[in-house]
Amino acid sequence: MSCWETIADYGLRSLGIGERLLPRDNFTLCQQVVLIGSGMLWNIYFGLISLVSGFFLATALALGKASKVRVLRKLAEWVIFLFRGSPLFIQFFFAYFLFLSLKGVSPVFDPFSSAWLGAALVLFFNTAAYSGEIFYGALMSVPKGEVEAADAYGLSGWPRFRRIIWPTLLRLSWPAYTNEAIFLFHATTLVFFSGFPAWQQRGDALYYASYFADKTFNPFVPYPILAGYFILLTLAIVGVFGIVNRRLNRHLPQERRARLRLRRGPLLR
Amino acid sequence: MFAFCTDPETLSGLSWLSCYLTTGKHLSIYVSVGTVLLLLAITAPAALLFGFGGAVAARSPLPPLAWAGRGYIAIVRGVPDIAFFLFFVIALDQFLEWLRHEWKCPDWEGSVWQGSDFVVCAEAKLPLSTAAGWVHDVYGFAVAVLTFAIVFGAFAANVLYGAMRAVPRAQLETAEAYGMTRRQIFRRILVPQMWVYALPGLSNLWMVLVKATPLLFLLGVEDIVYWARELGGAKTPRFTDYPHPDWRVWYFGALLVFYLAFTRLSEVVLARLTRRLARGQATLGGAAQGGSA
Amino acid sequence: MKTILLGTAIVVAGAGAALAQDVVRLGTEGAYPPYNFIDDAGEVAGFERVLGDELCARAELTCTWVTNDWDSIIPNLVSGNYDAIMAGMSITPERDEVIDFTQNYTQPDPSAYLVMAGNEEIDLEAAVIAAQTGTIQANFVAQSGATLVEFASPDETVAAVRNGEADAVLADKSFLMPVAEEGGDLVMLDREELIGGGIGMGLRESDAELRAAFDAAIQSMKDDGSLNALLEEWQIGATF
Repeated sequence: MSCWETIADYGLRSLGIGERLLPRDNFTLCQQVVLIGSGMLWNIYFGLISLVSGFFLATALALGKASKVRVLRKLAEWVIFLFRGSPLFIQFFFAYFLFLSLKGVSPVFDPFSSAWLGAALVLFFNTAAYSGEIFYGALMSVPKGEVEAADAYGLSGWPRFRRIIWPTLLRLSWPAYTNEAIFLFHATTLVFFSGFPAWQQRGDALYYASYFADKTFNPFVPYPILAGYFILLTLAIVGVFGIVNRRLNRHLPQERRARLRLRRGPLLR
Repeated sequence: MFAFCTDPETLSGLSWLSCYLTTGKHLSIYVSVGTVLLLLAITAPAALLFGFGGAVAARSPLPPLAWAGRGYIAIVRGVPDIAFFLFFVIALDQFLEWLRHEWKCPDWEGSVWQGSDFVVCAEAKLPLSTAAGWVHDVYGFAVAVLTFAIVFGAFAANVLYGAMRAVPRAQLETAEAYGMTRRQIFRRILVPQMWVYALPGLSNLWMVLVKATPLLFLLGVEDIVYWARELGGAKTPRFTDYPHPDWRVWYFGALLVFYLAFTRLSEVVLARLTRRLARGQATLGGAAQGGSA
Repeated sequence: MKTILLGTAIVVAGAGAALAQDVVRLGTEGAYPPYNFIDDAGEVAGFERVLGDELCARAELTCTWVTNDWDSIIPNLVSGNYDAIMAGMSITPERDEVIDFTQNYTQPDPSAYLVMAGNEEIDLEAAVIAAQTGTIQANFVAQSGATLVEFASPDETVAAVRNGEADAVLADKSFLMPVAEEGGDLVMLDREELIGGGIGMGLRESDAELRAAFDAAIQSMKDDGSLNALLEEWQIGATF
């Protein structure tokens, strides 16, 4: 069987499209690369959906933590503490348990015990908590002068936030947020590993990597393939976030832009 | 543990619980809490050492060294820790044994790879097959620490690399003007100054490290998660004196409390450390007062 | 024949003793009663613990027990972290390519289904069936028409039937038996699947001498009936 056929058979296997049975013997390198790559679709899905949706909750949490209203502040602080303070591993366990109990209450909750929704929800809260803390830190360091200038121009409330505070907040937090995004994509490997069951052998990249490690009894081929995919994914994230970063900073003079880049390290999550 | 525990079936309520919570198996989970704390205590400085080495290498003017340092940071940071743990420990163990094999048994004929088997001479086994059980445990633990240190060393290297570059150039130039050599500048100015820039990143790294400890069981160390699963699973009366249904929720709940409490404690300590380090340092706040080294 | 084989075993033990007393490390999972599990004292226990200790005594070897995650139990054997696997591992052609097995010390154990009481009439070809990841049962369900749902541990597969995620769980009969016997909500179906071969002890292919020693010890236990007594005591499948 040529490698092209393998791609046709297994390229979308993780979504349930293509050959129903996984390869059982005479494993080729091509099969491993294709199936693990197919599983990467899930990692990318989980990462993207929780990153994009989590961004909004993160902003809300950061504002909540900075709020003068005690209830809002306490609520945001607790959400951030709960999700930043416990291992994702344990969060998945409790979420799965909770969704199963909710299923008994109403059929509305049925899809939540499947990974595509349940795990995405956990990752959404998890990344929102981490990014919320990053955004809060950046919000606290928005220069007072910028806010005062906005006041002087007669901006207040939503327009002031939208046009002055928010862009600066993003600019300041972007390097740390990049790191958070990398961590988030890495964390998606935990979904099927310890959290949610895999249905009909549709799993993520780690699921297929351990399938092959289990069948060939050789961990030294599938896991490095998985590692290679993630290095590529990480490079892609760094690239995309770098483009956004340049856009966020394009109004700054050259030398200050350079200085901002230097701060990337210390702001790691 | 207690004298009245000989016949648990007759017990109920608190006395049953006190017996249940002091079985040999439960003592193991209490010991494993210590294991996790010990791992953190050793890994943190070890990772810092790896990170320091990585950062210095990445800054090196020698291209091969710089590539090695940057490659280490980029590759290890780019891979999910879990994927790394799944094959790296076995590889590391084999590498160490192979080194010892080359040293101890130079006359060995044939390859260390026999089919799918990895075979080294008996003198090179790590630990020796004659060693006591606890030696094996310590060795397994040490390999786990080393693996953690390598992984988190890459993250620490990234933080320290950034921190070294964040030290104001003016300070280094001043030192140069005073006639200090490169080495002197590095030791007396750069390293003492960089910590304050590195601390926020290192604090975060510590938090991430704490939350990575549930992956220890992948490295063959019986940690709290292993025992929580083992103890929490449903037990039938045939195999235990303390049968119970699925109690994993309670055990994982205890783990949750443990991690939250540990995070809170870390936050308080780190906040205090940050304030101490920032005092009189050339940070944004301190710079206004003219900052001294 | 028996005495000759036992003689070899002693010679092997003697050869090992030249290097101070060698300790044979036995790897197991510790999560698969009645084959192997961790008892209340935190020690490895179960059918294989008793059997393994007896085999070591007969082969005059000093043995210790090590627990290891099921997923990496074979890679750790071939890389030399322990010397033999006794973990309820069925002898399969795929595994036999990578490691060596002794003769089987259990008869092939049929796999059985466990369902909720009242759900016995279920159509197993169209049902959702839970199995542990990486087991022969998971492979079997993947090939049948049923919907496979995989969990990391045996416990979770049983829990999945209780909470309604799966209609049935497929696992070794002797593992499911105690769960069904407990009474309550789960019952075992009459239908059984013959999937695996018997269970044997796994060893490195380069360790032919150790394998011969254990093989002889197993044979001697089969011959004098002590293995059958153990199988009955632990209620593991048919006797020899």
